[in-house]
Amino acid sequence: MKQRAAVLGTGQTQHRSKRADVSIAGLCREAIDRALADACLTGDQIDAVVLGKAPDLFEGVMMPELYLADALGAVGKPLLRVHTAGSVGGATGLVAASLIQAGVHRRVLAVAFEKQSESNAMWALSISPPFSMPVLAGAGGYFAPHIRSYIRRSGAPAHIGAMVAAKDRRNGARNPCAHLRQADMTMEKVLASPMLWDPVRYDETCPSSDGACAVVIGDQAAAEASGQPVAWIRGTAMRTEPTMFSGKDHVNPRAGYDCAQALWAAAGISSPVDQIDAAEIYVPFSWFEPMWLENLGFAEPGGGWRLTESGDTEITGQIPVNPSGGVLSSNPIGASGLLRFAESAMQVTGKAGEHQVAGARTALGHAYGGGSQYFSMWVVGDTPD
Amino acid sequence: MSQPSGPQTALHAVLEISFDYTRSLGPTLGAFMTALADRRILGARASDGSVHAPPFEYDPVTAAPPEELVEVGPGGTVTSWSWLPAPQEGQPLDVPFGWALIKLDGADTAMLHAVDAGSAAAMRTGMRVRPRWSGRRGSGITDIECFEPGEPPASGTVSTAGTVSTADAATVAMLTMPITLSYEHTVSPGESSFLLALAEGRLIGQRCPACQKVYIPPRGACPVDGVPTQDEVQLPDTGIVTTFCVVNVPFHGQQVPVPYVAASVLLDGADIAFQHLILGCDPNEVKMGMRVKAVWKPREEWETSLRNIEYFEPAGGPDAPYESYAHHL
Repeated sequence: MKQRAAVLGTGQTQHRSKRADVSIAGLCREAIDRALADACLTGDQIDAVVLGKAPDLFEGVMMPELYLADALGAVGKPLLRVHTAGSVGGATGLVAASLIQAGVHRRVLAVAFEKQSESNAMWALSISPPFSMPVLAGAGGYFAPHIRSYIRRSGAPAHIGAMVAAKDRRNGARNPCAHLRQADMTMEKVLASPMLWDPVRYDETCPSSDGACAVVIGDQAAAEASGQPVAWIRGTAMRTEPTMFSGKDHVNPRAGYDCAQALWAAAGISSPVDQIDAAEIYVPFSWFEPMWLENLGFAEPGGGWRLTESGDTEITGQIPVNPSGGVLSSNPIGASGLLRFAESAMQVTGKAGEHQVAGARTALGHAYGGGSQYFSMWVVGDTPD
Repeated sequence: MSQPSGPQTALHAVLEISFDYTRSLGPTLGAFMTALADRRILGARASDGSVHAPPFEYDPVTAAPPEELVEVGPGGTVTSWSWLPAPQEGQPLDVPFGWALIKLDGADTAMLHAVDAGSAAAMRTGMRVRPRWSGRRGSGITDIECFEPGEPPASGTVSTAGTVSTADAATVAMLTMPITLSYEHTVSPGESSFLLALAEGRLIGQRCPACQKVYIPPRGACPVDGVPTQDEVQLPDTGIVTTFCVVNVPFHGQQVPVPYVAASVLLDGADIAFQHLILGCDPNEVKMGMRVKAVWKPREEWETSLRNIEYFEPAGGPDAPYESYAHHL
């Protein structure tokens, strides 16, 4: 029997291309201090800390959790580190939630970060081992062919990716923490930007950001003692599959589909498009909005782009996707998944400020990582059930 | 690249990667390293009154940032040590030296640094040491080249202990930390067979005994059925492009000039595509389903690598119908 769990507070940094003013420790603390303030808690009320970040090669710091113990306030407490590539932020939130749901702890702090300016993720993701063909070209080079496959399979018009990018950048302008805040972005401007990994253009690509996110998760007693709105965790799910196997569906991965089905069952949701009020979905390249809308069951296979084209994924639409601006507006890789989870909690607690979806009561947080290999998701709501 | 001694030998080769990482220091470490450039050593006063040198960024008890940084040393006392008879590249000294924990005068914690004592016999716990400054300033902790036996000079360069405000401008705010990793990369026996066949101009895959799917490069096991694969299948050097992108982005470490077409190439008779280059036509002419054939390097350049195929080029003929490869996308 799972114990109830709720998000008591969230915090995130000012995401920028370079946060040269802070160390990795300082970056994490900026998010942690904001999360504790949001939850009206102090560090000594935290029972355990869960840290997530993407591959160590991204900053060249092996096992950063060891040196960050002081900064995370983890001295004398359990400290776990999670790693599931780009989905790690989501997985970090779910590990923290599971420590509450299992009745192990009362309040757990989840922290995730990336300081991309310390290194070069494109280089780190393009290392060719001996004997192989050196054609790797970062995450964009990996995902662009699968986006081409989606366009072919779905028959989506060529401008859908640009529509998503313009929407997310405009949403980012509503989010004071976002790295890119481009209130005047248009589909035409996106279409005019350089082609990087054809069919993916510059403005259809996530930025490279420094940033961190922290979330405090508590049990029912902690939630009731908080005296302010909390985001109840109504369902969680994680799934994994191999990166490459014969028959892998790179457009609509089985692990993502299965994860979503398990999530909806856990959260008691039968029609996601009708019952989810806001969705924070991991969209690092704009075309992944329609792809994941289908994978998650918001639309039938081949129909995700119609939700985008009709404006239903706008902040005022039927199913607002990434009202925060999403990964396309801020991408501190290790933190990006936890940001999706935190933003979903902000929506159902009414704390999203200018990017608040009116009347949001139920929201999705989603992350994926590797070569569409890891999936992490949760549903939060303004009531426990 | 090593020569195999037999068909069961796993091929291996060195993989070396390197990057000049940067370190944003933040206010505390920035002040510490700025002071080092000024030939002073700072510690941080903790909530319990003790002085930690080097300074902590966050108090190990209260998790708060330090309220004040105080000058310590330059003299210190060795609290424990280990002798390093054979230094390696990148270590502080190229002669045998001691790794020591050194409690600087005025500090309550010890810091790790090198002691140039000449011989292990000259090292002892409790020995007094002083810093030997390097010729560099602003390199971080290596501004101190090492410590050496003896008391610091009694006057002149030694400043009296005092309080330094964290508000002092940190002029050393960032360090560059080059890191190089050298691996011995070893491939599986199944992939070794594939690479040895490539050195003879042949393409070898393996068929799964359960699902009958042909994997190239072979993996030695089927990722779906989890059973060993041993049945080798020779494949032609022709196939189709299932999907692709045109890479226009230059980046650090890139080995192929842009623009280039990175494609998933599905060989005739294979059940999984692999990544390769498409050249020999304008990138705009590449299409999904296009038939391609391998262009091999000259035979005298062949080695145990997929690079023996320089690229794939259009083979002519009608494109494969979408339905024939849709399940490979």
